[in-house]
Amino acid sequence: MTDRVINTIRPSAWILAGVSTPLLLVLMILKSRGVPMLGILPWNPLLYAGAALVAIFSALLFTQQMSWIALKMLTGDKAKFFGIVLGLTFAALLITQQGSIFCGLMRRTAGQVEDIRGADLWVMDANVRYVDDVKPMIESNLYRVRGVEGVEWAVPLYKGNARLKLKTIGRDKKPLDVIEQVILLGVDDASLVGSPPPERILVGSLTDLRKTDALLIDFNRLPKLFPGEQWDQAPAMPGLRQKAGDSISRWITNLASRAKSSESLPTPDEQYRAAQREFYKRFVGREVEMNDHRGIIVGVCEATRTFQSNPVVYTMYSRAKQYVPRERKLLSYVLAKTADGVKPGEVAERIASQTGLKARTSWEFMKETMWYYFQYTGIPINFGITTLLGFLVGTAIAGQTFYNFTIENLKQFGSLKAMGATNLRIVGMILLQATVVGLLGYGLGVGLATLFGIVSQGGELAFFTWWPVLPIAGVAIVLICVLASILCIRRVMVLEPAVVFRG
Amino acid sequence: METLTDHTVASHQSPAIAPPELAGNVAVKIRGVTKHFGRGEQRVTALNGIDWDVYKGQMSMIIGPSGCGKTTLLSVIAGILNCDSGSVNLFGEEVSRFSDGRRTKFRSVNIGFIFQQYNLLPALTAAENAAIPLVIGGWSKSRAVARACEVLEGLGMGKKKESFPSQLSGGQQQRVAIARSLVHSPRLLVCDEPTAALDHETGLTVMEMLRKAAVRPDRAVIVVTHDNRVFHFGDRIARMDDGRMVEVTERTAEEAVLVSGEQDDVAA
Ligand SMILES: Nc1ncnc2c1ncn2[C@@H]1O[C@H](COP(=O)(O)OP(=O)(O)O)[C@@H](O)[C@H]1O
Ligand SMILES: [Mg+2]
Repeated sequence: MTDRVINTIRPSAWILAGVSTPLLLVLMILKSRGVPMLGILPWNPLLYAGAALVAIFSALLFTQQMSWIALKMLTGDKAKFFGIVLGLTFAALLITQQGSIFCGLMRRTAGQVEDIRGADLWVMDANVRYVDDVKPMIESNLYRVRGVEGVEWAVPLYKGNARLKLKTIGRDKKPLDVIEQVILLGVDDASLVGSPPPERILVGSLTDLRKTDALLIDFNRLPKLFPGEQWDQAPAMPGLRQKAGDSISRWITNLASRAKSSESLPTPDEQYRAAQREFYKRFVGREVEMNDHRGIIVGVCEATRTFQSNPVVYTMYSRAKQYVPRERKLLSYVLAKTADGVKPGEVAERIASQTGLKARTSWEFMKETMWYYFQYTGIPINFGITTLLGFLVGTAIAGQTFYNFTIENLKQFGSLKAMGATNLRIVGMILLQATVVGLLGYGLGVGLATLFGIVSQGGELAFFTWWPVLPIAGVAIVLICVLASILCIRRVMVLEPAVVFRG
Repeated sequence: METLTDHTVASHQSPAIAPPELAGNVAVKIRGVTKHFGRGEQRVTALNGIDWDVYKGQMSMIIGPSGCGKTTLLSVIAGILNCDSGSVNLFGEEVSRFSDGRRTKFRSVNIGFIFQQYNLLPALTAAENAAIPLVIGGWSKSRAVARACEVLEGLGMGKKKESFPSQLSGGQQQRVAIARSLVHSPRLLVCDEPTAALDHETGLTVMEMLRKAAVRPDRAVIVVTHDNRVFHFGDRIARMDDGRMVEVTERTAEEAVLVSGEQDDVAA
């Protein structure tokens, strides 16, 4: 029964699926909001399709009229064919998925740099190595930065740790005193630069931060502060099935009634946002205490998860000093914006030379932070080894299956050679077979990894497909195929056609 | 049709070599061919100075005990194995001096193969299998398969064109192999133990079919076998032993009678 089903799936359908899977999934990623888009090149599917065409046509060039024989040999034994494709899919999936998690982890280390929009330059003490390595500066540095040519504006940012105390109820419904270390961010009083972007504010609004003792708190770690809350009722991210189902039903109703999209029901994402607003509303107005000073939660936001598991609390710069024990210097960073028509990099150099401070563009600072964590903490490197291992395991499995396949076909290639097929043609046939399984495996693997990314999006898992991950996975698959092919080609080249007469 | 039952052949210095009056009929001319395998202690002399002529319009048989070098000789003749010394001349061309590429090209045009284990590609249908030599020769798939179907029909396999090798009996598979070997009208057909994997009945049928379909005035057919039940299908029989050709005999008139359909017009 399953045999019949598999038999009816023609190889052409598989090729189509392999080409279209990454295309569709990447389009889905681009469409769904809130997904880090930085990582996915919009032209990746185009690149993939282009590479597919080039690879297939160059293989066809060698095989000429024999290409159909190569393809039939490849797909003749369905079980083996699926075995090879699965092996390569697995390899591509493993590499893309592990690579994405690795990139996601690395990116988290610099999450707080990425979170701050508007400013494009970070100015700091010359000895700061990464974003969590705060070395307070004297306040006058702010004015010195403002004086540099090419700086449109510059604002202060406080970043530090504070001890937050609050009275709440525990899981056992008994009163509970919670003391938690939090990351305190003091944003510029006037402009509020440094606070999360408006679309990340779930409850309340940015300007509420100007109210007396106002705090904005990150929803990610709230369960640590209020363990007694009914967290089982917190809204869950809409799953992929929900989203896909919604798009399909939406499409059908649109087709049927030609209704305008504005009249239709909210999407699962919109429903999720609404549910979040409804749920997190309850925290507004609750009182906390830091350094014997009162704080009132006026809003709940979503901060990018960082490596630290501490809750992130936003307040105003002028008020931050109350919440931490007395410190002589309070200025952690100066966030600056370059004037129109000036390159941020040039301005950064000018700031550095004029003030003796360190100035970096946001992207440079992110890179430095990630590099620091990469070098000095074991976590990324350990995880990198896992990634590498995934790569090797995937390579071994896929290479092995494909190599075995060609070795089993050696006698058939021998017959073809005896009948007058040139070595070049046979090599072309092997390359064509490798190309087809490689493209299918890559397409399906990357597609599945993307699916995994969409499903896990918004959860604890750091998943970020930085664009180099895709070509790296591609190169890996090409390597596997080329390596296995070369081994087989060597065997075929030295194959005496006379073997065909041996039993 | 010229008959080659003239017994002057036997009285010639060596019966393996054609007398001058028959030289024009020679398709394959082998002189002093030797072939060794392995080195040192393991060195085996598979062919030890073979001289042999193969005529067009005939089925020539190579017989002899297992391991005497039959397959090796056939491989050398077919140009899929290089000999150590000696010359192989096919249709006036010194194939043993060809480059690999040229010999491969020569094979694809001039030689048809039939193997003991049929060697059909399991993923291809009977018609597609039979079409392979044409495809190697550069034909498009559809033209090649159409031509292969005609040949299969001529061999009584018209109904099995779409079957895969796994769905065919041994005899049917060997018939597909015969179609494949003839589809591109080669001038030389080489068959290694074509009946060894078949039962007696089927073996005879396959040999009959092979004779009928393959033997043409302008084509030489060489069959290697150690199956004494099919010896009588050969017009000339070359007996080998230990890498040498020990005896070449013409088929007797009594043996010829055993081959049914011999009076049919096979020279069409
Ligand atoms: N590829 C090879 N390597 C080593 N020895 C071989 C090889 N092919 C054949 N031989 C040896 O050459 C001799 C002749 O073999 P073969 O031509 O296959 O005999 P036949 O076909 O008459 O049974 C045998 O002794 C065999 O072991
Ligand atoms: Mg043999």
